[in-house]
Amino acid sequence: MSDFPFLSVLTLLPLVGAAVVAFIPRTKAQLAKIVALAWSLIVLGLSAVMWAAYTIDGERFQFHESYAWIPSWDARFTFAADGIALVMLMLIAVLFPIVILASWNDVDQSRRSAPAYFALLLSFEFTMIGVFAAADIFLFYVFFEIMLIPMYFIIGSFGTGQKQYAAVKFFLYSLVGGLFMLASVIGLWVVAGHTFDFTKLVEATGSVDTGTARWLFLGFFVAFAIKAPFFPFHTWLPDSGGAAPAGAAALLVGVMDKVGTFGILRYCLSLFPEASRWFAPAAMALAVIGIIYASLLAVGQNDLKRLVSYTSIAHFGFIGIGIFAFTTQAGTGAVLYMVNHGLATGLLFLVVGMFVARRGSALVSDFGGAGKLVPVLAGVLFFAGLASLALPGTAPFVSEFLVLLGTFSTHKGYAVVATLGIILAAAYVLWMIQRTTQGTLNPALTEVPAMQKDLSLREKFVVAPLILLIVVLGFYPKPVTDVINPAVQATLQDVGATDPAPVVAADGKAGG
Amino acid sequence: MGELQLPAIDYGALAPMLILFGAACVGVLVEVLTPKKARNAVQLTLALVAVVAALVAVVLQRDTRVTTIGGAVAIDGPSLFLQGSILVLGAVSLLLIGERSIEKGGAFVSQAAITVGSQKDLRQAGGAPGATEVYPLTSFALGGMMLFVAANDLLTMFVALEVFSLPLYLLCALARRRRLLSQEAALKYFLLGSYASAFFLFGVAFIYGFAGGIRLENVQAAVANPQRSQVLLYAGFGLIAIGLLFKAALAPFHVWTPDVYQGAPTPVTAFMAACTKVAAFGALLRILYVAFAGVQWDFQPVLGTIAVLTMFVGAILAVTQTDLKRLLAYSSIANAGYLLVGVLAMNSEGLASTMFYLVAYGFSVLAAFAIISLVRDADGEATHLSRWAGIGRKSPLLAATFTFILLAFAGIPLTSGFMSKFAVFGAAIEGGQTWLVIFGVISSMLLAFPYLRVVVLMWLSEPGETTPAVSIPGFLTATALTLGVLATVALGVIPAPLLDLTEQAGQFVR
Repeated sequence: MSDFPFLSVLTLLPLVGAAVVAFIPRTKAQLAKIVALAWSLIVLGLSAVMWAAYTIDGERFQFHESYAWIPSWDARFTFAADGIALVMLMLIAVLFPIVILASWNDVDQSRRSAPAYFALLLSFEFTMIGVFAAADIFLFYVFFEIMLIPMYFIIGSFGTGQKQYAAVKFFLYSLVGGLFMLASVIGLWVVAGHTFDFTKLVEATGSVDTGTARWLFLGFFVAFAIKAPFFPFHTWLPDSGGAAPAGAAALLVGVMDKVGTFGILRYCLSLFPEASRWFAPAAMALAVIGIIYASLLAVGQNDLKRLVSYTSIAHFGFIGIGIFAFTTQAGTGAVLYMVNHGLATGLLFLVVGMFVARRGSALVSDFGGAGKLVPVLAGVLFFAGLASLALPGTAPFVSEFLVLLGTFSTHKGYAVVATLGIILAAAYVLWMIQRTTQGTLNPALTEVPAMQKDLSLREKFVVAPLILLIVVLGFYPKPVTDVINPAVQATLQDVGATDPAPVVAADGKAGG
Repeated sequence: MGELQLPAIDYGALAPMLILFGAACVGVLVEVLTPKKARNAVQLTLALVAVVAALVAVVLQRDTRVTTIGGAVAIDGPSLFLQGSILVLGAVSLLLIGERSIEKGGAFVSQAAITVGSQKDLRQAGGAPGATEVYPLTSFALGGMMLFVAANDLLTMFVALEVFSLPLYLLCALARRRRLLSQEAALKYFLLGSYASAFFLFGVAFIYGFAGGIRLENVQAAVANPQRSQVLLYAGFGLIAIGLLFKAALAPFHVWTPDVYQGAPTPVTAFMAACTKVAAFGALLRILYVAFAGVQWDFQPVLGTIAVLTMFVGAILAVTQTDLKRLLAYSSIANAGYLLVGVLAMNSEGLASTMFYLVAYGFSVLAAFAIISLVRDADGEATHLSRWAGIGRKSPLLAATFTFILLAFAGIPLTSGFMSKFAVFGAAIEGGQTWLVIFGVISSMLLAFPYLRVVVLMWLSEPGETTPAVSIPGFLTATALTLGVLATVALGVIPAPLLDLTEQAGQFVR
């Protein structure tokens, strides 16, 4: 393993980039875009090097770095990544250049300063990388809270529709969750004897009495459930996703929401194993309700961006049952789903954004037969839709399959109900595609000049890498699962869950 | 009756206070002796030099741990730390008070006694140079505050209370604009403050009856081993507490705060919000930790209820405010509640975290009021919320700075507000007061809303026709603002040095 301080450099790099971009005068919008894109590509390059330097069979937390910060509280700048964090960091690094490229012309229409927008995007990347790279719980909390700020301004200043309402709702929901977590973090700090070090905390929480541990667990869980978003804490997402610019919305559901599920995996499960087992049935129930409920709402949506937001809530239900099923298969599936969902829903949001930008409206009823005007774009939407409903051959299929398989071996009932969600997913995706791109051409569309233009070269560069990744990971997910698997196994060991006997021998009573 | 023995006086330990009181007296003479034109510069220089000299004296005394003048004054870790904080915050306040370039003649009226609205009054509002008595008044107030946090007997504490309160009552009445509001604020503050002082004095009498002495160690000994009726103790403690809770603006004794904060000249509001808070909580800490620690199980629930009430009154009423100065007043009430949570931890972490909070909050609130003094139109400061709509478009730097300060008030990480909240909540959980932390967290959520509303207004609303211009800050205000913002950043990112300092200072002499 190399001695290069990967994680701290990776975290700080986008922040420096944001500062650079922010100081570009607003008249030089083009320069700001190019610098931002180049900067995010440098971050991607560094992550790729880091990926290569990662040892699959090595220790659990690699790239460990630790610097003094607040000695009297034992809070440190500690960075370390396990396999789960690594794949999330990679996902961030891949998505940001794509989103920056996709947002190329978004700000031109809103008469706002382009450097400000791209500086906000890069500072958002800084907080995202920080939250996944932090291995000190105080540092994690700091990133968890400050990531609200750039996104708040992105939605509030550059969004559309009810952007103020959405921005404030987004901020307050997340802040409320964050404050619950703050109470738990302080409580944890006190019961663990004044330390924030993750490994020391894991040891310390072993001896905390059950009642206290459950309260602390709930503080964390609520924060992560709001962020994820799990039913019934999800109501901020359709508003935020609907109002945010398409690129930012892709980041919102593609990356930021994963902090919730990542937090559950890393902090809830490892720190509070007993409480996690105690709460698992309730969490599974919420997740399954979330799948069905959000899918039904997605079927009825007329606003494209809100529709995609609802599909995303449903997918988070799958990730939720995968986490709380406590089997390696389901856990690996859940983490893989976190990656694939970022790619598939990210793509879906970006494509929908291209449609919305052309039509100037996000309403499904304003489209109709658009495929006749922009066949390539419609084709990409079709592909993104299929990936989103987890068609075999696309990456999400692998993860959804793993989740359901792993869940089935221990929690048959939940798995069966969750499977209904797949059917609903087919319904909302196909309906959406049918009503927007198929059928008779809506005459109003022909009067919109922008609707006559199919994908530009820039847009092709936006969608191509994502399509490629979705297909490749759909057929060959091994590079990712190899990284995820040991981390998931380690996490499940923390919880004390053992895998049931191989599925062939399952007698239906395993687990529970 | 024998010869009267004068107690030994440790002049070195008292030097910081003596310097300020001396400078204040010299300031009174300067009013008479210097020509009118030079007066402002001379007074400002004198006051600043005195504050810096006193600060140097505090630093030189940093290892002193004594009681002096017959036990009337205790110079120990907490008093030195709090005196230092009062001086640093006071110096920044003096910069705001001394600003004369944003508005012609400064924020203060030149002759407060002229009838409001008369011809003479209108003429002096136009640009007559502001009163320079404000500097000696401020020096007296600062000296009184320093004595207040170091007072080791209840009568000294009372004297100090009056010494710093009376100048503040006067300062409140000296606003150049909206003079009726300012005079009303001063009167209100004076009347309620006098009641509070009376309660305090009455309480001292009860405690004297209970303990047979007024020195804090007498009280402590009597609490540990009561010889007389406990009724005297509880009545006395309750009355003393009322006096202190009033100064610290804790519910239900907070009602003066919004009116006074709104009516007083903005530099004075900033001075009160930063320095008076340090002084009031300094004295509260000493009274609770030194004199009455033996009955903490009796007062913790009562004061805990007051803390919860304060946090919620501040948070909920802040939501409904339409005037920025009133909004910040309610926010300062809520912050007093958080400070009380730290105080009630009743352990060394509680002491350290409360002192950290006081300094951090003081700097942020000074910056906040400095910003408010910059947004103005022909009638003076434009403090109504609606006037700030879209100001982010017109003056992005100012709006960004104010946003940062508001985020600090809301307790977002990487600001001093987060670190201080974390410190007091941690201390309270450590001290077994988890219920206070839970209410503290819930009220923080409510309190985030009014701050966010201002942020939304500044950035996400379209600027209106009436959005006022932002004055270019003069050198003094710019310095004060920079110091406030820098401290808010620094204490949020690298709080370790100040935290260590508060922990080293965390021991009272008895």
